[in-house]
Amino acid sequence: MEAEVRPLPRFEYFSPSSLSEALKLMKDYQGKARLLAGGTDLVIKLKKRAVIPEAVIDLNKIAALSFIKFAGGSLHIGALTRLTEIKDSPVVKEKAPALVEAISVMASTQIRNRATLAGNLCNASPAADTAPALLVLDASVKLQSADGDRIVPLAQFFMGPEQTVRKPGEIMTEIIVPEPKGSSTFIKLGRRKAFTLSVAAVAAYAQVSKGKFTEVRVAMGAVAPTPLRAEKVEKALKGKEVSEENIAKASALVKIDCCPITDVRASAEYRTEVSAVLAKRALRKVSMGEK
Amino acid sequence: MIVRFRLNGESVVQVVKPNETLLDVLRDRIKLHSVKKGCDEGLCGTCTVILNGVPVRSCLMLAVQANDADIITVEGLAKLGTLSEIQQAFLEKNGFQCGFCTSGMMLTAKVLLDSNPKPSLDDIKDAFDGQLCRCTGYEQIIESVQRAAELRTAKK
Ligand SMILES: Cc1cc2nc3c(=O)[nH]c(=O)nc-3n(C[C@H](O)[C@H](O)[C@H](O)COP(=O)(O)OP(=O)(O)OC[C@H]3O[C@@H](n4cnc5c(N)ncnc54)[C@H](O)[C@@H]3O)c2cc1C
Ligand code: FES
Ligand code: FES
Repeated sequence: MEAEVRPLPRFEYFSPSSLSEALKLMKDYQGKARLLAGGTDLVIKLKKRAVIPEAVIDLNKIAALSFIKFAGGSLHIGALTRLTEIKDSPVVKEKAPALVEAISVMASTQIRNRATLAGNLCNASPAADTAPALLVLDASVKLQSADGDRIVPLAQFFMGPEQTVRKPGEIMTEIIVPEPKGSSTFIKLGRRKAFTLSVAAVAAYAQVSKGKFTEVRVAMGAVAPTPLRAEKVEKALKGKEVSEENIAKASALVKIDCCPITDVRASAEYRTEVSAVLAKRALRKVSMGEK
Repeated sequence: MIVRFRLNGESVVQVVKPNETLLDVLRDRIKLHSVKKGCDEGLCGTCTVILNGVPVRSCLMLAVQANDADIITVEGLAKLGTLSEIQQAFLEKNGFQCGFCTSGMMLTAKVLLDSNPKPSLDDIKDAFDGQLCRCTGYEQIIESVQRAAELRTAKK
């Protein structure tokens, strides 16, 4: 925390009232503009001069980007929908419980009053808390440019810290979560209980039939350059009997998928060990109904 | 650029640069020093203002984003010379020592009590989860919010 005055760099400011206007601006600026949603990541990066855009395009006046609806067997969440609204939404609680769990332990009330889901994903921090939850829910994102749109599975969205497949002219317009048939959960470990970034985070999803895993997905945050699926764990469990032993054995495999760094919050070794523990807990919860 | 907003019920027109934060405009241009700058990066909550009914960090907003908005700061809690129930309760229960966090705490209390007149202990802790105080140890702040709820109910 530094209290010195850090004026923001100079930029042009636009506040378009429609998506088409915003897309046109994005095209005109050719990657030299930054989108502003909740600003809870971007304003800090501007203050730190981590980004110096020519223009800031504020999405906040585009009412059409803020919605939560369930249609065609999927949940659709608009890019500008605030985390508070998503967390309190009955339909999201019902269709995407892991996402609500992730948002509930993210940042603080006032940050969530402004912050958005698209902002969390597009900022692409390795520790983005909504990412593991959305990964196990098999979510996709819609990216729109002046020339058209495309839908990208979230599992293919992240490329590295602060890097994604989103092209300079594209705006993320919505997040799509197919209706899950099984149960999902999200567990975060921070340095303290609330208001802190993840040391490690794990989400799990399972469908169980006749005592066996028919579908299983595990995803991790803060333990690799991007949030990622723990594919070795998933493979080891699919089709297997739901048992303490199988879960424990498979959970240990997260150590192969993760490659964390050591930083102020934790060492790489600790992150590796603890993500196996979190995976075990999350898998038990979604397959055996345990806490 | 010109921004127009309502500040504690009064219309304000200011000429600002796009790269000024709402916090800096409130403090440096409008001279409203009750809005504090603690960390300037979203961590402490001393810069809290109520924006269209929602408590937010003014250090993470651009002033130009306040165009057309309705903003309330601690000056908007009561008429000059009088005390609202929240202010009364913070006095009675010693809800502050140095006072640096107090504006943010009181504004957070206002939004909580406006929507939830009888908050549980957990409701209070949730609403104040990102509001830091280096002096009181929080117990007195929680008691102040509970007392404010009592005073408000008694008044009705
Ligand atoms: C005190 C504090 C605590 C925090 N704690 C946590 C935490 O516990 N867990 C966590 O995961 N995060 C945390 N964060 C980070 C941040 O709050 C989240 O990442 C938030 O979801 C970002 O959303 P935003 O709308 O504020 O994004 P913005 O800051 O507006 O934007 C972030 C980035 O995404 C881009 N962007 C935004 N919207 C779009 C769009 N529709 N299409 C394309 N690009 C877009 C922007 O250009 C920018 O590069 C914290 C932040 C603060 C300040
Ligand atoms: S000054 Fe805004 S949160 Fe600290
Ligand atoms: S009274 Fe001093 S910081 Fe809260």
